[in-house]
Amino acid sequence: MARVVVDVMPKPEILDVQGQAVSRALTRIGVAGIEVRQGKHFELEVDDSVDDETLHRIAADLLANPVIEDWTVTRV
Amino acid sequence: MSTRIGVITFPGTLDDVDASRAVRYAGAEPVALWHGDHDLRGVDAVVVPGGFSYGDYLRAGAIASLAPIMREVVEGAAKGLPVLGICNGFQILCEAGLLPGALTRNEKLHFVCRDQKLRVENADTAWTSGFVPGEEILVPVKNAEGRFVAAPDTLKALEAEGRVVFRYVGGNPNGSVADIAGVASESGRVVGLMPHPEHAIDLLTGPSEQGLGLFTSVLGTLAGAPAA
Repeated sequence: MARVVVDVMPKPEILDVQGQAVSRALTRIGVAGIEVRQGKHFELEVDDSVDDETLHRIAADLLANPVIEDWTVTRV
Repeated sequence: MSTRIGVITFPGTLDDVDASRAVRYAGAEPVALWHGDHDLRGVDAVVVPGGFSYGDYLRAGAIASLAPIMREVVEGAAKGLPVLGICNGFQILCEAGLLPGALTRNEKLHFVCRDQKLRVENADTAWTSGFVPGEEILVPVKNAEGRFVAAPDTLKALEAEGRVVFRYVGGNPNGSVADIAGVASESGRVVGLMPHPEHAIDLLTGPSEQGLGLFTSVLGTLAGAPAA
């Protein structure tokens, strides 16, 4: 078994309203100068028989929506 | 024999009852379709209603787009089956690749629930043929993830091909690009919109009767075309 991490982030040109809300909340706890973008982090326990091509396919077909999100697949 | 229109129920669907009622008001027979079945039961058209299928897990519509019944809907749409996606149904059709673009969190992060004026931009689709181009209709909108986005090239093509079917009038409720409330497939047989025409079919329960026009339109479309 291998461990794989897939990180999914809104594309830079997509307005990330959730990240903006988090950024604003930071100022309420007295922290300025931080801009947040919010995404998703998936941890996969992967059978050794699953190749990289399959991992990239599941990231593109299910874990991320290519219209609005970018993703990275990392074996850890 | 009356026209049979399927209405899909997923776990978490809310508006299947109202959608079936709208089908009945329009003069067709509503047919309940179940998400786990590989069977469209021979219907002439399909409505994918609103709600929170699979709890909006992963992304709104993402899990539902892979349900067994959606395989059948995608296959049917390729053969010209008219499909209407409302709210979560629109999100599902985008995730299934039947419609372009995506629906994202509303600009102000609020769940917006109000009566909304829309302009019918394209009265040539399977679901809008009974309207007059430019006609304005009043229907409820209720969602938290209704902000339509698409790549610049996609947007340009949608506008050029007249595939923006509905546009918000009198205030954009969610920050959708170009005030887009609904779009169509290339063929005009598949239409999706965020607002809820099925909640505006009589004055007892809705702000107008104008939503019924989508359901009567498809009956006209089906009557005018040979059976698929």
